[in-house]
Amino acid sequence: MNLGAATYVRRKLTDRIVRSLCVLGTVIALIPLASVLYYVVSRGIGGINLDFFTELPKPVGESGGGMGNALVGTLKLVGLAGLFGIPPGVLAGIYLAEFGASKFGGAVRFAADVMSGVPSITVGIFVYSLVVVTTKQFSALAGGIALAILMLPMVTRTTEELLKLVPESLREAALGLGVPKWRATLRIMLRTALPGIAVGVMLSVARVAGETAPLLFTASNNSFWSTGVMDQEASLPVNIYTKAISPYEDWHRQAWAAALVLLMTLLILNVTARFLVRTRVRAR
Amino acid sequence: MNMDFSTSLAKKAAQKKVDDAEPKPAETRPTPESAKPTTMEPAAATSPEIASRPRWDEVSVSQITAKMRAEDLHASFGSSEVIKGISLPIAEKLVTAIIGPSGCGKSTFLRCLNRMHEVVSGATAKGKVWLDQQDIYERDVDPVRVRGRVGMVFQKPNPFPTMSIRDNVLAGLRLNGVKLKDPDGQVESALRAVALWDEVKDRLAKAGTSLSGGQQQRLCIARALALEPEVLLMDEPCSALDPIATARVEELIHELREAYTIVIVTHNMQQAARVANFTAFFYLGQLIEYNRTQVIFTRPKEQRTEDYITGRFG
Repeated sequence: MNLGAATYVRRKLTDRIVRSLCVLGTVIALIPLASVLYYVVSRGIGGINLDFFTELPKPVGESGGGMGNALVGTLKLVGLAGLFGIPPGVLAGIYLAEFGASKFGGAVRFAADVMSGVPSITVGIFVYSLVVVTTKQFSALAGGIALAILMLPMVTRTTEELLKLVPESLREAALGLGVPKWRATLRIMLRTALPGIAVGVMLSVARVAGETAPLLFTASNNSFWSTGVMDQEASLPVNIYTKAISPYEDWHRQAWAAALVLLMTLLILNVTARFLVRTRVRAR
Repeated sequence: MNMDFSTSLAKKAAQKKVDDAEPKPAETRPTPESAKPTTMEPAAATSPEIASRPRWDEVSVSQITAKMRAEDLHASFGSSEVIKGISLPIAEKLVTAIIGPSGCGKSTFLRCLNRMHEVVSGATAKGKVWLDQQDIYERDVDPVRVRGRVGMVFQKPNPFPTMSIRDNVLAGLRLNGVKLKDPDGQVESALRAVALWDEVKDRLAKAGTSLSGGQQQRLCIARALALEPEVLLMDEPCSALDPIATARVEELIHELREAYTIVIVTHNMQQAARVANFTAFFYLGQLIEYNRTQVIFTRPKEQRTEDYITGRFG
Protein backbone atom coordinates (compact mmCIF):
# COMPACT_ATOMS: atom_id res chain seq x y z
CA MET A 1 0.00 0.00 0.00
CA ASN A 2 1.36 3.38 -0.91
CA LEU A 3 -0.74 6.42 -0.12
CA GLY A 4 1.70 8.90 -1.67
CA ALA A 5 4.30 11.12 -0.06
CA ALA A 6 1.84 13.96 0.59
CA THR A 7 -0.30 11.76 2.87
CA TYR A 8 2.67 10.79 5.03
CA VAL A 9 3.85 14.39 5.33
CA ARG A 10 0.33 15.41 6.37
CA ARG A 11 0.13 12.60 8.94
CA LYS A 12 3.45 13.58 10.49
CA LEU A 13 2.35 17.20 10.67
CA THR A 14 -0.95 16.27 12.32
CA ASP A 15 0.94 14.15 14.81
CA ARG A 16 3.21 17.07 15.72
CA ILE A 17 0.36 19.53 16.10
CA VAL A 18 -1.72 17.23 18.31
CA ARG A 19 1.28 16.37 20.41
CA SER A 20 2.22 20.00 21.02
CA LEU A 21 -1.40 20.79 21.91
CA CYS A 22 -1.27 18.07 24.54
CA VAL A 23 1.97 19.44 25.97
CA LEU A 24 0.51 22.93 26.03
CA GLY A 25 -2.58 21.68 27.87
CA THR A 26 -0.41 19.91 30.44
CA VAL A 27 1.61 23.08 31.05
CA ILE A 28 -1.56 25.14 31.50
CA ALA A 29 -2.87 22.57 33.97
CA LEU A 30 0.39 22.67 35.93
CA ILE A 31 0.55 26.49 36.20
CA PRO A 32 -2.10 26.85 38.95
CA LEU A 33 -0.68 23.92 40.91
CA ALA A 34 2.87 25.23 40.78
CA SER A 35 1.88 28.80 41.53
CA VAL A 36 -0.31 27.82 44.49
CA LEU A 37 2.60 25.83 45.89
CA TYR A 38 5.04 28.66 45.28
CA TYR A 39 2.74 31.34 46.66
CA VAL A 40 1.79 29.45 49.80
CA VAL A 41 5.38 28.49 50.52
CA SER A 42 6.79 31.95 49.93
CA ARG A 43 4.12 33.72 51.99
CA GLY A 44 3.84 31.09 54.69
CA ILE A 45 7.43 30.18 55.42
CA GLY A 46 8.01 33.46 57.31
CA GLY A 47 5.37 32.57 59.91
CA ILE A 48 6.73 29.12 60.67
CA ASN A 49 8.63 28.82 63.91
CA LEU A 50 8.48 26.67 67.01
CA ASP A 51 5.88 28.91 68.64
CA PHE A 52 3.56 28.36 65.69
CA PHE A 53 3.33 24.67 66.51
CA THR A 54 3.18 24.93 70.29
CA GLU A 55 1.62 28.26 71.33
CA LEU A 56 -1.96 29.46 71.54
CA PRO A 57 -3.04 32.35 69.33
CA LYS A 58 -2.35 35.76 70.90
CA PRO A 59 -5.10 38.40 71.12
CA VAL A 60 -5.18 41.17 68.56
CA GLY A 61 -2.42 43.67 69.09
CA GLU A 62 0.03 41.26 70.63
CA SER A 63 2.50 39.77 68.19
CA GLY A 64 3.70 36.17 68.20
CA GLY A 65 1.62 33.21 69.35
CA GLY A 66 0.82 30.14 67.31
CA MET A 67 -1.74 27.57 66.30
CA GLY A 68 -0.88 24.66 68.51
CA ASN A 69 -4.49 24.22 69.47
CA ALA A 70 -5.64 24.20 65.85
CA LEU A 71 -3.06 21.58 64.91
CA VAL A 72 -4.17 19.32 67.74
CA GLY A 73 -7.78 20.16 66.89
CA THR A 74 -7.41 19.07 63.28
CA LEU A 75 -5.82 15.80 64.41
CA LYS A 76 -8.65 15.27 66.87
CA LEU A 77 -11.36 16.02 64.31
CA VAL A 78 -9.80 13.78 61.70
CA GLY A 79 -9.36 11.07 64.32
CA LEU A 80 -13.02 11.27 65.29
CA ALA A 81 -14.02 11.27 61.61
CA GLY A 82 -11.95 8.15 61.05
CA LEU A 83 -13.46 6.50 64.09
CA PHE A 84 -17.02 7.17 62.91
CA GLY A 85 -16.44 6.95 59.18
CA ILE A 86 -13.97 4.15 58.46
CA PRO A 87 -15.59 1.11 60.13
CA PRO A 88 -19.08 1.56 58.64
CA GLY A 89 -17.53 2.61 55.33
CA VAL A 90 -15.38 -0.51 55.08
CA LEU A 91 -18.26 -2.75 56.17
CA ALA A 92 -20.62 -1.15 53.65
CA GLY A 93 -17.93 -1.63 50.99
CA ILE A 94 -17.68 -5.32 51.85
CA TYR A 95 -21.46 -5.58 51.67
CA LEU A 96 -21.53 -3.97 48.23
CA ALA A 97 -18.72 -6.14 46.91
CA GLU A 98 -20.20 -9.37 48.26
CA PHE A 99 -23.95 -8.87 47.99
CA GLY A 100 -24.13 -5.71 45.90
CA ALA A 101 -25.78 -7.41 42.94
CA SER A 102 -29.18 -7.06 44.61
CA LYS A 103 -31.57 -4.16 44.12
CA PHE A 104 -30.80 -2.89 47.60
CA GLY A 105 -27.09 -3.02 46.78
CA GLY A 106 -27.71 -0.92 43.72
CA ALA A 107 -29.63 1.60 45.83
CA VAL A 108 -26.81 1.77 48.39
CA ARG A 109 -24.25 2.29 45.65
CA PHE A 110 -26.34 5.02 44.07
CA ALA A 111 -26.81 6.70 47.46
CA ALA A 112 -23.07 6.60 48.08
CA ASP A 113 -22.38 8.18 44.70
CA VAL A 114 -24.95 10.91 45.34
CA MET A 115 -23.57 11.50 48.81
CA SER A 116 -20.04 11.99 47.56
CA GLY A 117 -21.42 14.77 45.37
CA VAL A 118 -23.27 16.57 48.18
CA PRO A 119 -21.67 19.98 48.89
CA SER A 120 -19.78 19.82 52.16
CA ILE A 121 -21.58 22.89 53.54
CA THR A 122 -24.85 20.96 53.26
CA VAL A 123 -23.40 18.25 55.44
CA GLY A 124 -22.37 20.99 57.87
CA ILE A 125 -25.94 22.32 58.09
CA PHE A 126 -27.29 18.81 58.50
CA VAL A 127 -24.98 18.01 61.41
CA TYR A 128 -25.66 21.46 62.89
CA SER A 129 -29.37 20.77 63.08
CA LEU A 130 -28.86 17.17 64.16
CA VAL A 131 -26.07 17.41 66.72
CA VAL A 132 -25.31 21.03 67.56
CA VAL A 133 -28.96 22.02 68.09
CA THR A 134 -29.73 18.95 70.19
CA THR A 135 -26.62 19.22 72.36
CA LYS A 136 -26.91 23.02 72.41
CA GLN A 137 -23.20 23.51 71.73
CA PHE A 138 -20.56 23.48 69.04
CA SER A 139 -18.28 20.53 69.60
CA ALA A 140 -15.43 18.47 68.25
CA LEU A 141 -17.91 15.59 68.23
CA ALA A 142 -20.19 17.42 65.81
CA GLY A 143 -17.22 18.34 63.62
CA GLY A 144 -16.01 14.76 63.61
CA ILE A 145 -19.46 13.50 62.62
CA ALA A 146 -19.65 16.01 59.77
CA LEU A 147 -16.26 14.93 58.43
CA ALA A 148 -17.18 11.26 58.90
CA ILE A 149 -20.28 11.74 56.75
CA LEU A 150 -18.08 13.21 54.05
CA MET A 151 -15.64 10.30 54.31
CA LEU A 152 -18.23 7.58 54.34
CA PRO A 153 -19.09 7.36 50.63
CA MET A 154 -15.42 7.61 49.63
CA VAL A 155 -14.39 4.80 51.96
CA THR A 156 -17.36 2.66 50.94
CA ARG A 157 -16.75 2.92 47.23
CA THR A 158 -12.97 2.52 47.52
CA THR A 159 -13.38 -0.62 49.61
CA GLU A 160 -15.91 -2.04 47.16
CA GLU A 161 -13.79 -1.32 44.10
CA LEU A 162 -10.64 -2.76 45.64
CA LEU A 163 -12.41 -5.89 46.83
CA LYS A 164 -13.74 -6.37 43.33
CA LEU A 165 -10.18 -6.20 42.01
CA VAL A 166 -9.24 -9.30 44.01
CA PRO A 167 -9.46 -12.20 41.56
CA GLU A 168 -12.50 -14.41 42.06
CA SER A 169 -10.17 -17.40 41.74
CA LEU A 170 -8.85 -16.69 45.24
CA ARG A 171 -12.33 -16.90 46.71
CA GLU A 172 -12.88 -20.17 44.85
CA ALA A 173 -9.56 -21.46 46.14
CA ALA A 174 -10.65 -20.72 49.69
CA LEU A 175 -14.16 -22.14 49.25
CA GLY A 176 -12.64 -25.19 47.58
CA LEU A 177 -10.66 -25.76 50.76
CA GLY A 178 -13.90 -26.04 52.68
CA VAL A 179 -13.67 -22.55 54.17
CA PRO A 180 -17.00 -20.87 55.04
CA LYS A 181 -17.88 -17.90 52.87
CA TRP A 182 -17.62 -15.27 55.60
CA ARG A 183 -14.16 -16.44 56.54
CA ALA A 184 -13.05 -16.56 52.93
CA THR A 185 -14.24 -12.97 52.57
CA LEU A 186 -12.46 -11.69 55.65
CA ARG A 187 -9.28 -13.75 55.63
CA ILE A 188 -8.65 -13.96 51.91
CA MET A 189 -10.52 -11.28 49.99
CA LEU A 190 -10.28 -8.45 52.50
CA ARG A 191 -6.76 -9.41 53.49
CA THR A 192 -5.62 -9.33 49.87
CA ALA A 193 -7.29 -5.96 49.24
CA LEU A 194 -6.18 -4.47 52.56
CA PRO A 195 -3.11 -2.48 51.44
CA GLY A 196 -5.16 -0.86 48.68
CA ILE A 197 -8.02 -0.12 51.05
CA ALA A 198 -5.57 1.45 53.53
CA VAL A 199 -4.31 3.75 50.79
CA GLY A 200 -7.86 4.68 49.82
CA VAL A 201 -8.68 5.45 53.44
CA MET A 202 -5.55 7.62 53.72
CA LEU A 203 -6.59 9.60 50.67
CA SER A 204 -10.08 10.16 52.05
CA VAL A 205 -8.57 11.28 55.37
CA ALA A 206 -6.40 13.73 53.45
CA ARG A 207 -9.47 15.04 51.70
CA VAL A 208 -11.55 15.71 54.79
CA ALA A 209 -8.57 17.12 56.72
CA GLY A 210 -8.70 20.15 54.47
CA GLU A 211 -12.47 20.69 54.72
CA THR A 212 -13.57 24.04 56.13
CA ALA A 213 -17.24 24.51 55.40
CA PRO A 214 -18.64 21.57 57.40
CA LEU A 215 -16.62 22.69 60.45
CA LEU A 216 -17.76 26.32 60.49
CA PHE A 217 -20.93 25.63 62.45
CA THR A 218 -20.18 22.23 63.91
CA ALA A 219 -16.77 22.39 65.60
CA SER A 220 -16.68 26.16 65.17
CA ASN A 221 -13.43 27.58 66.51
CA ASN A 222 -11.63 28.01 69.77
CA SER A 223 -8.82 30.30 70.87
CA PHE A 224 -7.74 28.01 73.66
CA TRP A 225 -6.80 24.42 74.22
CA SER A 226 -9.92 22.31 74.29
CA THR A 227 -10.50 19.29 76.46
CA GLY A 228 -12.64 16.31 75.57
CA VAL A 229 -14.88 16.16 72.55
CA MET A 230 -17.79 18.31 73.75
CA ASP A 231 -15.80 21.53 73.55
CA GLN A 232 -15.57 23.93 70.65
CA GLU A 233 -12.61 22.87 68.63
CA ALA A 234 -10.08 24.86 66.65
CA SER A 235 -8.88 23.49 63.33
CA LEU A 236 -6.36 24.60 60.73
CA PRO A 237 -8.80 25.18 57.84
CA VAL A 238 -11.25 27.23 59.95
CA ASN A 239 -8.36 29.20 61.41
CA ILE A 240 -7.06 29.97 57.96
CA TYR A 241 -10.50 31.29 57.09
CA THR A 242 -11.01 33.44 60.18
CA LYS A 243 -7.45 34.80 60.21
CA ALA A 244 -7.43 35.52 56.50
CA ILE A 245 -10.64 37.60 56.56
CA SER A 246 -9.41 39.61 59.57
CA PRO A 247 -7.95 43.09 59.01
CA TYR A 248 -4.71 42.41 60.92
CA GLU A 249 -1.40 41.97 59.16
CA ASP A 250 -0.08 39.65 61.87
CA TRP A 251 -3.08 37.32 61.54
CA HIS A 252 -2.65 37.22 57.76
CA ARG A 253 0.89 35.99 58.28
CA GLN A 254 -0.42 33.27 60.58
CA ALA A 255 -3.09 32.28 58.07
CA TRP A 256 -0.42 31.79 55.41
CA ALA A 257 1.69 29.75 57.77
CA ALA A 258 -1.31 27.59 58.64
CA ALA A 259 -2.07 27.15 54.95
CA LEU A 260 1.50 26.02 54.38
CA VAL A 261 1.37 23.49 57.22
CA LEU A 262 -1.97 22.11 56.02
CA LEU A 263 -0.81 21.89 52.42
CA MET A 264 2.39 20.11 53.39
CA THR A 265 0.55 17.65 55.63
CA LEU A 266 -1.88 16.75 52.87
CA LEU A 267 0.91 16.56 50.32
CA ILE A 268 2.85 14.17 52.53
CA LEU A 269 -0.28 12.04 53.11
CA ASN A 270 -0.96 11.88 49.38
CA VAL A 271 2.59 11.14 48.38
CA THR A 272 2.92 8.45 51.05
CA ALA A 273 -0.31 6.83 49.88
CA ARG A 274 0.81 6.85 46.28
CA PHE A 275 4.23 5.56 47.20
CA LEU A 276 2.63 2.70 49.09
CA VAL A 277 0.51 1.83 46.06
CA ARG A 278 3.55 1.81 43.83
CA THR A 279 5.69 -0.39 46.06
CA ARG A 280 2.76 -2.74 46.53
CA VAL A 281 2.26 -3.05 42.78
CA ARG A 282 5.96 -3.64 42.25
CA ALA A 283 5.99 -6.33 44.92
CA ARG A 284 3.39 -8.31 42.99
CA MET B 1 5.02 -42.56 30.77
CA ASN B 2 4.61 -40.28 27.82
CA MET B 3 3.99 -42.96 25.28
CA ASP B 4 1.14 -42.47 22.95
CA PHE B 5 -1.58 -44.70 24.22
CA SER B 6 -4.03 -44.52 21.40
CA THR B 7 -1.55 -45.92 18.93
CA SER B 8 0.17 -48.47 21.15
CA LEU B 9 -3.13 -49.75 22.41
CA ALA B 10 -4.57 -49.84 18.96
CA LYS B 11 -1.68 -52.02 17.83
CA LYS B 12 -2.09 -54.37 20.76
CA ALA B 13 -5.77 -54.59 20.20
CA ALA B 14 -5.23 -55.42 16.57
CA GLN B 15 -2.69 -58.11 17.43
CA LYS B 16 -4.82 -59.80 20.02
CA LYS B 17 -8.18 -59.22 18.42
CA VAL B 18 -9.73 -59.06 21.84
CA ASP B 19 -13.18 -57.63 21.55
CA ASP B 20 -13.68 -55.35 24.50
CA ALA B 21 -16.54 -53.37 23.11
CA GLU B 22 -18.92 -55.15 25.43
CA PRO B 23 -16.74 -55.90 28.45
CA LYS B 24 -17.97 -58.93 30.30
CA PRO B 25 -17.70 -59.22 34.07
CA ALA B 26 -14.20 -60.11 35.15
CA GLU B 27 -15.11 -63.37 36.81
CA THR B 28 -16.66 -64.87 33.71
CA ARG B 29 -13.99 -63.62 31.36
CA PRO B 30 -10.99 -65.85 30.79
CA THR B 31 -7.93 -63.84 31.75
CA PRO B 32 -4.83 -65.59 30.60
CA GLU B 33 -1.70 -63.68 31.53
CA SER B 34 -0.91 -62.96 27.90
CA ALA B 35 -4.27 -61.37 27.21
CA LYS B 36 -3.97 -58.85 29.98
CA PRO B 37 -3.30 -55.37 28.75
CA THR B 38 0.00 -54.50 30.39
CA THR B 39 0.50 -51.04 29.05
CA MET B 40 -0.81 -49.07 32.02
CA GLU B 41 1.35 -48.38 35.06
CA PRO B 42 2.54 -51.66 36.47
CA ALA B 43 2.77 -49.89 39.83
CA ALA B 44 -1.00 -49.72 39.99
CA ALA B 45 -1.24 -53.47 39.91
CA THR B 46 1.37 -54.03 42.62
CA SER B 47 0.06 -51.39 44.99
CA PRO B 48 -1.41 -53.16 48.01
CA GLU B 49 -4.64 -51.15 48.13
CA ILE B 50 -5.40 -51.84 44.54
CA ALA B 51 -4.16 -55.41 44.47
CA SER B 52 -6.71 -56.30 47.12
CA ARG B 53 -9.51 -55.46 44.72
CA PRO B 54 -10.04 -56.81 41.20
CA ARG B 55 -7.56 -55.17 38.89
CA TRP B 56 -9.08 -52.03 37.49
CA ASP B 57 -8.11 -52.97 33.96
CA GLU B 58 -10.24 -56.08 34.19
CA VAL B 59 -13.19 -54.30 35.67
CA SER B 60 -15.97 -53.09 33.45
CA VAL B 61 -17.71 -49.83 34.12
CA SER B 62 -20.66 -51.58 35.70
CA GLN B 63 -18.37 -53.16 38.31
CA ILE B 64 -16.59 -50.03 39.46
CA THR B 65 -16.08 -49.72 43.20
CA ALA B 66 -17.53 -46.25 43.33
CA LYS B 67 -16.22 -43.62 45.74
CA MET B 68 -18.66 -41.15 44.26
CA ARG B 69 -21.66 -41.63 42.04
CA ALA B 70 -23.70 -39.03 40.18
CA GLU B 71 -27.31 -39.96 39.63
CA ASP B 72 -29.41 -38.11 37.06
CA LEU B 73 -27.53 -34.89 37.80
CA HIS B 74 -28.84 -31.70 36.25
CA ALA B 75 -27.05 -28.37 36.53
CA SER B 76 -28.06 -24.95 35.27
CA PHE B 77 -26.87 -21.40 35.06
CA GLY B 78 -30.08 -19.39 35.40
CA SER B 79 -32.45 -20.85 32.83
CA SER B 80 -29.88 -22.59 30.65
CA GLU B 81 -29.26 -26.19 31.54
CA VAL B 82 -25.67 -27.24 30.99
CA ILE B 83 -25.76 -30.72 32.56
CA LYS B 84 -28.72 -32.66 31.31
CA GLY B 85 -29.07 -35.67 33.52
CA ILE B 86 -25.71 -37.37 33.94
CA SER B 87 -25.17 -40.59 35.88
CA LEU B 88 -21.59 -41.58 36.42
CA PRO B 89 -19.70 -43.67 38.96
CA ILE B 90 -16.26 -42.43 40.06
CA ALA B 91 -13.90 -45.33 40.74
CA GLU B 92 -12.22 -45.35 44.14
CA LYS B 93 -8.48 -44.70 44.20
CA LEU B 94 -8.29 -44.53 40.45
CA VAL B 95 -8.17 -41.68 37.99
CA THR B 96 -11.26 -40.73 36.02
CA ALA B 97 -10.87 -38.29 33.16
CA ILE B 98 -13.68 -36.23 31.68
CA ILE B 99 -13.14 -35.14 28.10
CA GLY B 100 -15.28 -33.30 25.61
CA PRO B 101 -15.41 -30.12 23.55
CA SER B 102 -15.60 -26.66 25.14
CA GLY B 103 -18.95 -25.93 26.71
CA CYS B 104 -19.96 -29.56 27.05
CA GLY B 105 -20.31 -29.22 30.82
CA LYS B 106 -17.15 -31.00 31.97
CA SER B 107 -16.08 -28.32 34.41
CA THR B 108 -19.63 -27.76 35.62
CA PHE B 109 -20.00 -31.46 36.31
CA LEU B 110 -16.73 -31.46 38.22
CA ARG B 111 -17.81 -28.48 40.29
CA CYS B 112 -21.06 -30.27 41.12
CA LEU B 113 -19.03 -33.03 42.75
CA ASN B 114 -18.00 -30.79 45.65
CA ARG B 115 -20.85 -28.30 45.48
CA MET B 116 -18.69 -25.55 44.07
CA HIS B 117 -21.11 -25.12 41.17
CA GLU B 118 -23.64 -23.29 43.33
CA VAL B 119 -21.02 -20.72 44.37
CA VAL B 120 -21.64 -18.80 41.14
CA SER B 121 -24.75 -16.67 41.47
CA GLY B 122 -27.73 -18.08 39.59
CA ALA B 123 -26.21 -21.55 39.39
CA THR B 124 -28.34 -24.46 40.54
CA ALA B 125 -28.02 -28.23 40.56
CA LYS B 126 -30.46 -31.03 41.13
CA GLY B 127 -30.15 -34.76 41.25
CA LYS B 128 -28.03 -36.92 43.47
CA VAL B 129 -24.31 -37.18 44.02
CA TRP B 130 -23.29 -39.95 46.37
CA LEU B 131 -20.10 -39.66 48.34
CA ASP B 132 -19.78 -43.06 49.98
CA GLN B 133 -23.27 -43.55 51.47
CA GLN B 134 -24.17 -39.88 51.61
CA ASP B 135 -26.02 -37.85 48.99
CA ILE B 136 -24.19 -34.53 49.11
CA TYR B 137 -27.20 -32.73 47.67
CA GLU B 138 -29.45 -33.74 50.53
CA ARG B 139 -30.87 -30.73 52.26
CA ASP B 140 -29.11 -31.03 55.59
CA VAL B 141 -25.65 -31.48 54.08
CA ASP B 142 -23.31 -28.55 54.62
CA PRO B 143 -21.47 -27.82 51.36
CA VAL B 144 -18.53 -26.49 53.37
CA ARG B 145 -17.98 -29.95 54.88
CA VAL B 146 -18.30 -31.65 51.51
CA ARG B 147 -15.52 -29.43 50.19
CA GLY B 148 -13.30 -30.52 53.04
CA ARG B 149 -13.65 -34.14 51.88
CA VAL B 150 -13.61 -33.48 48.15
CA GLY B 151 -10.73 -31.15 47.37
CA MET B 152 -10.27 -29.14 44.22
CA VAL B 153 -7.43 -27.91 42.03
CA PHE B 154 -8.27 -25.18 39.57
CA GLN B 155 -7.35 -24.40 36.01
CA LYS B 156 -5.15 -21.45 36.86
CA PRO B 157 -2.75 -21.81 39.77
CA ASN B 158 -4.23 -19.64 42.53
CA PRO B 159 -1.95 -19.52 45.57
CA PHE B 160 -2.96 -16.86 48.09
CA PRO B 161 -0.81 -13.82 47.21
CA THR B 162 -0.64 -12.53 50.78
CA MET B 163 0.79 -15.79 52.11
CA SER B 164 4.18 -17.45 52.04
CA ILE B 165 4.73 -20.87 50.52
CA ARG B 166 4.48 -22.41 53.97
CA ASP B 167 1.31 -20.52 54.88
CA ASN B 168 -0.26 -21.47 51.57
CA VAL B 169 0.18 -25.15 52.36
CA LEU B 170 -1.34 -24.65 55.81
CA ALA B 171 -4.03 -22.23 54.62
CA GLY B 172 -6.79 -24.82 54.36
CA LEU B 173 -6.15 -26.10 57.87
CA ARG B 174 -5.73 -22.68 59.44
CA LEU B 175 -8.75 -21.15 57.74
CA ASN B 176 -10.78 -24.07 59.02
CA GLY B 177 -9.55 -23.43 62.53
CA VAL B 178 -7.68 -26.73 62.81
CA LYS B 179 -5.14 -26.74 65.62
CA LEU B 180 -1.80 -27.63 64.08
CA LYS B 181 0.19 -30.14 66.08
CA ASP B 182 3.14 -30.38 63.77
CA PRO B 183 2.89 -27.63 61.19
CA ASP B 184 6.46 -28.06 59.91
CA GLY B 185 5.94 -31.77 59.41
CA GLN B 186 2.64 -31.20 57.65
CA VAL B 187 4.20 -28.63 55.35
CA GLU B 188 7.04 -30.96 54.52
CA SER B 189 4.89 -34.01 53.86
CA ALA B 190 2.41 -32.07 51.70
CA LEU B 191 5.24 -30.51 49.71
CA ARG B 192 6.98 -33.87 49.39
CA ALA B 193 3.76 -35.42 48.15
CA VAL B 194 3.79 -33.00 45.23
CA ALA B 195 7.57 -33.28 44.72
CA LEU B 196 8.06 -29.61 45.51
CA TRP B 197 9.92 -29.93 48.79
CA ASP B 198 13.43 -30.05 47.38
CA GLU B 199 12.76 -27.06 45.17
CA VAL B 200 11.35 -24.78 47.87
CA LYS B 201 12.63 -26.03 51.24
CA ASP B 202 15.10 -23.14 51.51
CA ARG B 203 12.54 -20.44 50.81
CA LEU B 204 9.36 -21.48 52.57
CA ALA B 205 8.91 -17.91 53.82
CA LYS B 206 8.87 -16.47 50.28
CA ALA B 207 5.54 -15.53 48.73
CA GLY B 208 3.66 -18.37 47.09
CA THR B 209 3.27 -16.21 44.01
CA SER B 210 7.06 -15.99 43.60
CA LEU B 211 7.14 -19.55 42.24
CA SER B 212 6.91 -20.50 38.58
CA GLY B 213 3.55 -21.45 37.14
CA GLY B 214 4.17 -25.18 37.38
CA GLN B 215 5.47 -24.88 40.93
CA GLN B 216 2.46 -22.73 41.86
CA GLN B 217 0.12 -25.40 40.56
CA ARG B 218 1.91 -28.08 42.57
CA LEU B 219 1.74 -25.78 45.58
CA CYS B 220 -2.02 -25.56 45.07
CA ILE B 221 -2.22 -29.35 44.90
CA ALA B 222 -0.21 -29.53 48.14
CA ARG B 223 -2.59 -27.03 49.69
CA ALA B 224 -5.53 -29.25 48.74
CA LEU B 225 -3.75 -32.41 49.95
CA ALA B 226 -2.89 -30.89 53.33
CA LEU B 227 -6.58 -31.20 54.22
CA GLU B 228 -6.34 -34.94 53.54
CA PRO B 229 -9.34 -35.07 51.24
CA GLU B 230 -10.74 -38.37 50.02
CA VAL B 231 -11.33 -37.19 46.49
CA LEU B 232 -9.31 -34.71 44.46
CA LEU B 233 -11.02 -32.86 41.62
CA MET B 234 -8.74 -31.30 39.02
CA ASP B 235 -10.16 -28.82 36.55
CA GLU B 236 -7.76 -28.69 33.61
CA PRO B 237 -4.84 -28.46 36.02
CA CYS B 238 -2.25 -28.25 33.25
CA SER B 239 -3.87 -25.88 30.81
CA ALA B 240 -1.81 -22.93 32.06
CA LEU B 241 1.43 -24.91 32.25
CA ASP B 242 4.24 -25.63 29.80
CA PRO B 243 4.95 -29.22 28.67
CA ILE B 244 7.64 -29.83 31.29
CA ALA B 245 5.48 -28.63 34.15
CA THR B 246 2.60 -30.62 32.68
CA ALA B 247 4.70 -33.78 32.70
CA ARG B 248 5.52 -33.24 36.36
CA VAL B 249 1.89 -32.77 37.32
CA GLU B 250 0.98 -35.90 35.34
CA GLU B 251 3.65 -37.90 37.15
CA LEU B 252 2.21 -36.56 40.34
CA ILE B 253 -1.28 -37.74 39.42
CA HIS B 254 0.15 -41.20 38.86
CA GLU B 255 1.59 -41.19 42.35
CA LEU B 256 -1.45 -39.65 44.02
CA ARG B 257 -3.88 -42.22 42.75
CA GLU B 258 -2.41 -44.71 45.19
CA ALA B 259 -4.05 -42.76 47.96
CA TYR B 260 -6.73 -40.59 46.40
CA THR B 261 -9.70 -40.84 44.14
CA ILE B 262 -8.99 -38.40 41.34
CA VAL B 263 -11.28 -36.83 38.76
CA ILE B 264 -9.58 -34.77 36.10
CA VAL B 265 -11.16 -32.59 33.45
CA THR B 266 -8.95 -32.11 30.44
CA HIS B 267 -9.01 -30.70 26.97
CA ASN B 268 -5.95 -32.67 26.13
CA MET B 269 -6.85 -36.19 25.00
CA GLN B 270 -3.27 -37.42 25.18
CA GLN B 271 -3.31 -36.35 28.79
CA ALA B 272 -6.48 -38.30 29.48
CA ALA B 273 -4.90 -41.33 27.79
CA ARG B 274 -1.73 -40.93 29.84
CA VAL B 275 -3.18 -40.44 33.30
CA ALA B 276 -6.69 -41.86 33.47
CA ASN B 277 -7.95 -45.35 34.18
CA PHE B 278 -11.48 -44.47 33.15
CA THR B 279 -12.59 -41.84 30.70
CA ALA B 280 -15.97 -40.21 30.24
CA PHE B 281 -16.83 -38.36 27.06
CA PHE B 282 -19.30 -35.50 27.51
CA TYR B 283 -21.08 -33.75 24.71
CA LEU B 284 -23.64 -30.94 25.03
CA GLY B 285 -24.28 -31.65 28.68
CA GLN B 286 -24.75 -35.37 28.26
CA LEU B 287 -22.62 -38.38 28.94
CA ILE B 288 -22.02 -39.99 25.58
CA GLU B 289 -19.68 -42.76 26.56
CA TYR B 290 -17.90 -43.98 29.65
CA ASN B 291 -15.43 -46.82 29.73
CA ARG B 292 -11.91 -47.85 30.53
CA THR B 293 -9.55 -45.35 28.99
CA GLN B 294 -7.98 -47.70 26.49
CA VAL B 295 -11.39 -48.79 25.28
CA ILE B 296 -12.51 -45.20 24.78
CA PHE B 297 -9.38 -44.39 22.83
CA THR B 298 -9.16 -47.54 20.76
CA ARG B 299 -12.62 -48.99 20.31
CA PRO B 300 -15.21 -46.36 21.18
CA LYS B 301 -18.75 -47.57 20.77
CA GLU B 302 -20.24 -44.25 19.86
CA GLN B 303 -19.61 -42.52 16.56
CA ARG B 304 -19.47 -39.13 18.30
CA THR B 305 -16.73 -40.30 20.65
CA GLU B 306 -14.71 -41.58 17.75
CA ASP B 307 -15.24 -38.34 15.83
CA TYR B 308 -14.06 -36.34 18.81
CA ILE B 309 -10.99 -38.36 19.69
CA THR B 310 -9.89 -38.52 16.09
CA GLY B 311 -10.23 -34.75 15.84
CA ARG B 312 -13.14 -34.58 13.45
CA PHE B 313 -14.92 -32.05 15.62
CA GLY B 314 -14.59 -30.26 18.90
